[in-house]
Amino acid sequence: MSEPSESAGIDLHARQVAKFRLQDKFFHYSTQLFALVVLASLLGILVSLAIEAWPSLKAFGPDFLWTNVWSVPDDEYGALAAIYGTVVTSVLALLIGVPISFGIALFLTETCPLWLRRPLGTAIELLAGIPSIVYGIWGLFVFAPLFAEYFQPPLQNLLGEVPVIGSWFSGPPIGIGILTASLVLSMMIIPFIASVMRDVFETVPHVLKESAYGIGCTTWEVVRNIVLPYTRVGVIGGIMLGLGRALGETMAVTFVIGNANRIIPSLFAPGTSIASTLANEFGEADPGLHIASLFALGLVLFVITFIVLAISRWLISRSMGSEGL
Amino acid sequence: MRTLNKLAQGALAATLGLAFSVGAMAADITGAGATFPYAVYTKWAEAYQQATGNKVNYQGIGSSGGVKQIKAKTVDFGGSDAPVKEADLDAAGLVQVPTVMGAVTVVYNLPGFKSGEIKLDGLTAADIFGGKITKWNDPAIAGLNPGKSLPNTAITISHRSDGSGTTYAFTNYLAKQSMNFKRDVGAGNTVNWPMNAVGGKGNPGVAANVQKIAGAIGYVDIADAMKNNMSFVALKNKAGSYIVPNQKAVADAASGADFKVKGMAPDLLDQTHKNAWPITTATYMLAYEKGSDATKQKAVVDFFTWSLNNGQKMAEDLGFVALPPNVVKMVEAEMKKIK
Repeated sequence: MSEPSESAGIDLHARQVAKFRLQDKFFHYSTQLFALVVLASLLGILVSLAIEAWPSLKAFGPDFLWTNVWSVPDDEYGALAAIYGTVVTSVLALLIGVPISFGIALFLTETCPLWLRRPLGTAIELLAGIPSIVYGIWGLFVFAPLFAEYFQPPLQNLLGEVPVIGSWFSGPPIGIGILTASLVLSMMIIPFIASVMRDVFETVPHVLKESAYGIGCTTWEVVRNIVLPYTRVGVIGGIMLGLGRALGETMAVTFVIGNANRIIPSLFAPGTSIASTLANEFGEADPGLHIASLFALGLVLFVITFIVLAISRWLISRSMGSEGL
Repeated sequence: MRTLNKLAQGALAATLGLAFSVGAMAADITGAGATFPYAVYTKWAEAYQQATGNKVNYQGIGSSGGVKQIKAKTVDFGGSDAPVKEADLDAAGLVQVPTVMGAVTVVYNLPGFKSGEIKLDGLTAADIFGGKITKWNDPAIAGLNPGKSLPNTAITISHRSDGSGTTYAFTNYLAKQSMNFKRDVGAGNTVNWPMNAVGGKGNPGVAANVQKIAGAIGYVDIADAMKNNMSFVALKNKAGSYIVPNQKAVADAASGADFKVKGMAPDLLDQTHKNAWPITTATYMLAYEKGSDATKQKAVVDFFTWSLNNGQKMAEDLGFVALPPNVVKMVEAEMKKIK
C-alpha cells in the first residue's frame, strides 16, 4: 500500500534535487560571469592603453622609461621625471604615514580609554572619506604658505650646510613641491592604513594577549611579540593599500607638487607625478605623439601598481610560509 | 512596493515630460571647447534664454577638445582660443569667427611694490620667463626701473600646468620678443619652462601661486587678475609706451588689427597702436558651413548675433573685451555662410 506513495515521494525528491542542482549551476555560472567581467575589463584596459600608447612606444622604445625629457614643443617624451616624482612622493608619504598610522592603531586598540575609542575611530574613518580635491585645496591655500614661512626656512638654516642632506632642502622656500606633496599624501593615506591596522589588531585573540600580559610582558613586548607577528599579513595589506592610493592620487598632488616636468634633486623643488601629468595635459593634448605618450604614462602607472601589488602578495605569502599558517 | 511603483511611474512620467519638452524646443544647441570664454558664453546663454526662450549649453572642455568635437559633429558649435588654420577650415568645411577678446597680463608679487610699479619690456620679460634672469635686482630689470631699489629676491615663475590657450598666447608673444625664448622654452599650449618655475592648475592656480610666493611672476588672463586684485607689470608695447593692462588698452589693440583675413584671426599680439596692450587675444567660434540640421545652424547664428549685439556689457563685467562695432559687422557677414 505504501509503496507507490513512497516511490512518488522519491520521485518528488529527485525532481527537487534536480531543480536545486539547476539553481546551483545557474548561480555558479552567473557569479562566474560577474567575476570574469572583472578580468575582462582589466585586460581590456591594458590592451586599450597599449594600443593608444603604441605610437609613442614605437617612437621611443624602452628609452621612454629612463629619458628625462618631456618637451611638447619638440615632441619628445620620456617618463623618467614623472616616474621619479611618483615614486619619491609615494615612498616619502609611506615613510611619514606608516609610523604614525601604526601609533594611531596601537593607541586605539591597546591603550585608548574605552570612551574615546568610538569617537576617535569614527574621526579617522571620516578623514578617509574626505574627497582628495579638498586635501589639494587645503594643501595649496593653507598648508603650503605656512610650510613656506615656518618650516622651510628654519629647516634650511638647520640643514643647509650639511653635505648631501643640505642639497635635499635647497632652493627657494616656495611652499609647494615634492615634499609638500608627500606630506599631503601621507595625511591622505594615514586614515586608510590606520583603520586597516586597527581592524587587524582587533582580531588578535584576547587569550594570547592576556597570557602575555599575565607573564609580565609590557605593552610594547605584547605588541612586538604577539600582535605584530599575528597580524603581519593584514598590516602589509594595509600599507600596500595606502601605497596604492598614494601612487594613483591625482588631484591633491596636482595642486601642491608644482608641476615641473623635470627632475630637480631637492625635496623643496617642484616636480611632477604620472597622475598629475595626465590630469594636466590630457585636456589640451595634441593628437599624435603627445597623446600617445600620455597613454604610455598611464600604462607605466598601471605596471608600477601591478608590481607593487605583486610584491605585496609575495611578502604576504612569504610571511605566511614562515609562520607556518 | 506600492510606493516604489508609484515612484517609478512618477519618474517615467517626468522623463517622458522632459523628453517632450526637449522635443518641443528643437532649437536647443550645444557647444563645447575653450575654457577661457566659458564664463561669458554661459552668461550670454542665460540672458539669451531669458530673452528668447532658446537654450544654449556650452561645455568648457578645452580648445583642442572643442576643435575635435566640432570636427566629429557631436556639437553644434566649437570654441577655440587658438585659431584653426585656413587650410584646415577649408578641408573641414568650417566657418570661424571671433566672439570676444581678452588679454593675458603679467602679474607679480614683490613685497613693497604695488601694481604697475615694475616696468618690463618684451625682451626682459622673455629673459625672465626663459630662466635667464633669476633675481629681481638683475641689471636688466633695474635698467628699466631707474631709481627703485629692487631686492635680491629669487624670481619664481608661475605658469599654467594644464595645456592652455593662455599659455599659447603668452608664449607666442614672448617667442616674438626673443629667439632664445623660442628655442629654449618654445611656444604652444604646453612648453618647457625653466628650473625656477612652478605650475598651477588653471588661471586661479597660477594666481594663487603668485599671491602665495614672494618673488613670483606669472601670467593670468585679465579677468582673473582683476578678480584677484593682483599687481600688474607695466609692459612696453610696440609703440614704446608702458601699459598697465585694462579693457581700454585691449580694445585699442584690436582697433588696429585687420580682421579681413580668412578665419578672421589676425595676429593681435604686439599691435602698433599707441595705447595697445601687447598681449591681446581673441577666442573663436567654429561651426559648419553646411550643417545637417538647418534649424540648429540658424540657432547658432541667432545666438551669437544676439550676444554680440546685446552682450557687450556682460562681457566687460566679466573682464572680457567686446569686439569693436566694425568687427561685429564683419562677423555677422561671415556668419551668413553658416547654413
